[in-house]
Amino acid sequence: MSAGALLEIEDLTTDYGPVRAVDGVTLAVRRGAVTAVLGANGAGKTSLLRTISGLERASGGHVRLDGEEILGIAVEDIVRRGLAHVPEGRGVIAELSTEENLRLGGLWRGAKATPLREVYELFPPLRARRNLLAASLSGGERQMLSIGRALMARPRVLLLDEPSLGLAPLVSAQIMQLISRLAAERDLAVLLVEQNARSALSIADRGVVLNLGCVVADDAARTLAADEGLRNAYLGF
Amino acid sequence: MTKFIDLTLNGISTGAVYAAVALALVLIWRATRIVNFAQGGMLMLTTFIASDVISSSGSYWLGFAVALVCGLILGAIVERVLMRRVEGGPPLNAVIVALGLLILLQASAGMIWGNTPRSFPPAFSIRGYDVGGTRVLFSPNDTFTVLVVIAVAVGLAALFRGTAVGLKMRAAAFQPEVARMLGVRVGRMFTLGWALAAFVGSLAGLLVAPSVFVGPNQFDPILIFGFTAAVLGGLDSPVGAAVGGIVLGLVLSYVSGYEGSSLVTLAALVVLITVLMIRPGGLFSSTRERRV
Repeated sequence: MSAGALLEIEDLTTDYGPVRAVDGVTLAVRRGAVTAVLGANGAGKTSLLRTISGLERASGGHVRLDGEEILGIAVEDIVRRGLAHVPEGRGVIAELSTEENLRLGGLWRGAKATPLREVYELFPPLRARRNLLAASLSGGERQMLSIGRALMARPRVLLLDEPSLGLAPLVSAQIMQLISRLAAERDLAVLLVEQNARSALSIADRGVVLNLGCVVADDAARTLAADEGLRNAYLGF
Repeated sequence: MTKFIDLTLNGISTGAVYAAVALALVLIWRATRIVNFAQGGMLMLTTFIASDVISSSGSYWLGFAVALVCGLILGAIVERVLMRRVEGGPPLNAVIVALGLLILLQASAGMIWGNTPRSFPPAFSIRGYDVGGTRVLFSPNDTFTVLVVIAVAVGLAALFRGTAVGLKMRAAAFQPEVARMLGVRVGRMFTLGWALAAFVGSLAGLLVAPSVFVGPNQFDPILIFGFTAAVLGGLDSPVGAAVGGIVLGLVLSYVSGYEGSSLVTLAALVVLITVLMIRPGGLFSSTRERRV
């Protein structure tokens, strides 16, 4: 286990009935760095994130945030330890306005929440749509809203599930650049799940490749991107 | 013309009570996607408690306050103890549990207070106002009823739109999992939703009791009319519930006045069927389709 990691996952296993979705995964995410989790559909990426944030029950293993075990703690309480999870499909609440979605993200923090102004500076398009229902936002705007909402609570760890899914390549590239900037500027530990391995590795410090729930490679992002055998077998580029 | 005005006024005051029952149903539907068929039994229980407090203390307002507080507590208990187990499960489970609770409450009330309906005092005089020498069918107590229901509707709207708790309650209702991921304690929001709904329900019981009397089964029609009003307005919409209540009150008042009171229940059924056929989402629904 690497020293100085903020989020440490050790031998984590998750079962859905007889199906083992996550099979003994071990990985670590440092402060100010992005770790990408790559792999095909059904490799267990989303299950891994859902288990870390407490949405699924693990069958075994450890998840430590800043050295403290968080496995078995309720979702709402894991959030209060400084972990934010941006779910697949963005998870904006369509029936609430853009600003209500954002405020919701910071409510438990009370006065210590990130000021709305700061999020609007990061994502200027959201300011113009602050009073519109989130249902009326475009895919890219929803992704911004979803990330901005997670930042409202000033998290230390950010889990991102397929942030580029369904976005135009240009918008997707912008989101990736932003994720990289956020990690560096806010000292965030980012665990980024992506199917688009090429764009994820372009901003990640480390990469972990999953196949059928197991880690098949864990290395510096640069090394993984250069490994032709791995690219052909698992990453598809 | 006088008759029309009388019927309109009468429709507004009974409609206000239907609106309150509809609000109680809508609050729970929004929060937990359960139609609370036990609402009639819950408000019956709190009204019986009010009746006992009033007759032993002699103070109407003490009984009024006690019933409302009991409503809050009863709603919270019912959610935590019973409904928590069926939330998110097949809809039929919740229906059966609610109906079971209704039967339990009605049977218990019969054993404790007896099955003979007893009278219940109004908050204010029920003698109609004197307008230019004629007595209209609208009394100070009707004014009180309408004002209280408006105040509750406005208060709820302010709670949902203007407060942090209201925002958390809406988030928990629309997307419980996402709400949890943002730190909202969804279970507490559900409990609060049930408590508020039972509070509004017990208010409806207090307001309608002087005209229907208090007995284990006296409030059954009110629940049916309240449910019709809620469907009329759209089960998702508190504003719809309020408007649906008033519209139904007016329709039933006209039917009763012009055609005879025996047709009232049938008229409510016609309204319900018509809404379900023409606009199943209700007048104020935000969603366009719903399985009915």
